[in-house]
Amino acid sequence: MTTNPLDADRPPELPRSGRRRGNGGGKRRDESLMVPDAKFESYYGRSVVKAPPWTEEIPTYLFLGGLAAGSGLIGAGGSARNLPALRRRGRFAALAAVALGGGALAKDLGRPERALNMMRTIKLTSPMSVGSWILAAFGTFASVAAAAEIGRQLPHQDGLLAKTLRVVDPPAAIGSALFSAPLAAYTAVLLSDTAAPTWHESYRELPFVFVGSANAAAAGLALIMSPADQNGPVRKMAVSGAALELGAGQLLRRNMHPLLAEPLHQGKAGRLLRAAEILTGGGAIGAMLFGRNRIGAGLSGVALLAGSALTRFGIFEAGMESAKDPKYTVQPQRERLERRRADGVTNDSITTIR
Amino acid sequence: MGYLDRQLSGPTDPIADAAWEEPRKRKGFFTDTSICIGCKACEVACKEWNAIPQDGNLDLLGSSYDNTGALGASTWRHVAFIEQTSDRIEQARESGRRLVDLGMPVMPPSQPMSPPHTAGIGPSPAAPGIDSSGGPVDLVGGMESAVAQATMAAATGTVPDFRWLMSSDVCKHCTHAGCLDVCPTGALFRTEFGTVVVQPDVCNGCGYCVAACPFGVIERRPTDNTVTNHGNAQKCTLCYDRLRDDQTPACAKACPTTSIKFGDLDEMVATAQERVSTLRDNGFTEARLYGANAEDGVGGTGSVFLLLDEPEVYGLPPDPRVPTAALPDMFRKAGMAGLAMLAMAAASFLGRRR
Ligand code: SF4
Ligand code: SF4
Repeated sequence: MTTNPLDADRPPELPRSGRRRGNGGGKRRDESLMVPDAKFESYYGRSVVKAPPWTEEIPTYLFLGGLAAGSGLIGAGGSARNLPALRRRGRFAALAAVALGGGALAKDLGRPERALNMMRTIKLTSPMSVGSWILAAFGTFASVAAAAEIGRQLPHQDGLLAKTLRVVDPPAAIGSALFSAPLAAYTAVLLSDTAAPTWHESYRELPFVFVGSANAAAAGLALIMSPADQNGPVRKMAVSGAALELGAGQLLRRNMHPLLAEPLHQGKAGRLLRAAEILTGGGAIGAMLFGRNRIGAGLSGVALLAGSALTRFGIFEAGMESAKDPKYTVQPQRERLERRRADGVTNDSITTIR
Repeated sequence: MGYLDRQLSGPTDPIADAAWEEPRKRKGFFTDTSICIGCKACEVACKEWNAIPQDGNLDLLGSSYDNTGALGASTWRHVAFIEQTSDRIEQARESGRRLVDLGMPVMPPSQPMSPPHTAGIGPSPAAPGIDSSGGPVDLVGGMESAVAQATMAAATGTVPDFRWLMSSDVCKHCTHAGCLDVCPTGALFRTEFGTVVVQPDVCNGCGYCVAACPFGVIERRPTDNTVTNHGNAQKCTLCYDRLRDDQTPACAKACPTTSIKFGDLDEMVATAQERVSTLRDNGFTEARLYGANAEDGVGGTGSVFLLLDEPEVYGLPPDPRVPTAALPDMFRKAGMAGLAMLAMAAASFLGRRR
């Protein structure tokens, strides 16, 4: 600092965040960070990218959308294999979950009254636009399937209504099965197609985590609601879904830049994801060992549902954290820039001298 | 390259890609931070012209003279202030020198001209104590002696004891704009001037653009019935209304030092290239351009900056990439995950019914 005649009038220096502009080789104040050598520059520790203005409604929707998708598959599977208990529960669960999920989405908008503006265009570059159409298509098929289910209970089975509902039943089953997979998978693309570093960098594995989580959650709900002697398929679905969710989750952590994996391990997100692993794993084992017992199936189902929900909340939280702290944006970008420079690639840098 | 290949990354003409029937020349800013004096006239003019509501609570932020903080829904120009002592200046010079060592093409030397006063001696031409070699600047001699001393300092390689970096940040109006790509309602659009603008009456405040901007520019205005466009995404429009009347944007018009220049983008880039060569030829190796390269991760920007240190020092990302560039791969991965989900559900239902 200079000696300036005006210095006497300067306010006292405020203590600054230890992260501010690491001063070449100087000591950083926060020594407790997990990743060593976190020297990087920032503007007063402010974030470089912005976290979206999303609140709990979004992870809630991620969970409910997955639950709806998996339930749609259970309803369709029950219909194909003529398992009325699973068909009926799957269909009603799918409709309820998709309706609640859509409501959560609309509530999170800055202008909920304009929710239908989502349908004024189709944009392939926008996962949210694509997803809105997937959600609308799935919702339609799920509603018809649920209506057909009610049709089966109508007193006059040769009435026009009952007959119509019998005709639309198979297409509704096929439609909800076909749209369930995109519904469960697109939400991963939705998160990854952002500048939030941890979400973006998990794009290879996140869809597998989310579809596994969707199957596990739906199977969990079916385990709670179905009679134990008819829950064979959903027990298997619970185990395979949970295995995929946990396996892909491990891969995701392993393949990611260690710094970007940090938000998955620490803080609130870390706690949520650790609890999710225990619940999902426990639920799967429970379904495998005690799934034929009504109580065992019910408890395993609760664990699977909770595990799936916590996975969504944990991933959501981790991405938000990664957007808020500039180190997650600056350091990996700096590293990949330096790597390219070391390889002699200098034509694609945003910083130039010509 | 075909039309589709150009849509997600790489150099392209966004006006032609948006299929304007009466395209105009692409407009842009060149913000030369080396002559910015931090008067914030741009911030004020922008707020006045665009009738932007108050941002924050008039807090003092403790970050030099910056009490605005960051770009956001109600701050479309933001002047950053960074205080640097001689070791930091030396570092900035060194990092700029490295850009040459990396083999980046340099423009042929042009005739010497007056150096930027901020680069040498702080914001005011008369700031005392510029370096050890020259002694205090004669306040009466003013500009001329300041120029002489700065030139001598540059020639002998001495750095000043202190400097202020000031930079007026703004939306980059990216060639490949993450915000525009992901907007599900079509509220964000590409104008005939190649800029990126929100239609507030269409936006439903989903907030997706906020997460997708690699520069952390666009933001959703809080829900508050007392302000205009509440709950909507808002950012710099490059004064779309003024452009359509062949007027200069408010910030560029108000800037007293011509630090903010406005015009046809190709001319802005040419001016920027000339300026950075001049500075570097005069020994200011810390000077570099940001956003003037169509090969960068966003296909070049519509706002070019001349910076005097690494981008992250100003809160800019060092190697930004539009998230959508990876979208085809994301959808592929999601497709595979979707198939896995269907296969697992099918396998659960196909086996023995137990
Ligand atoms: S992505 Fe960000 S910087 Fe680029 S045009 Fe959109 S808001 Fe501006
Ligand atoms: S908040 Fe508005 S402008 Fe931004 S993506 Fe959503 S609809 Fe588009």
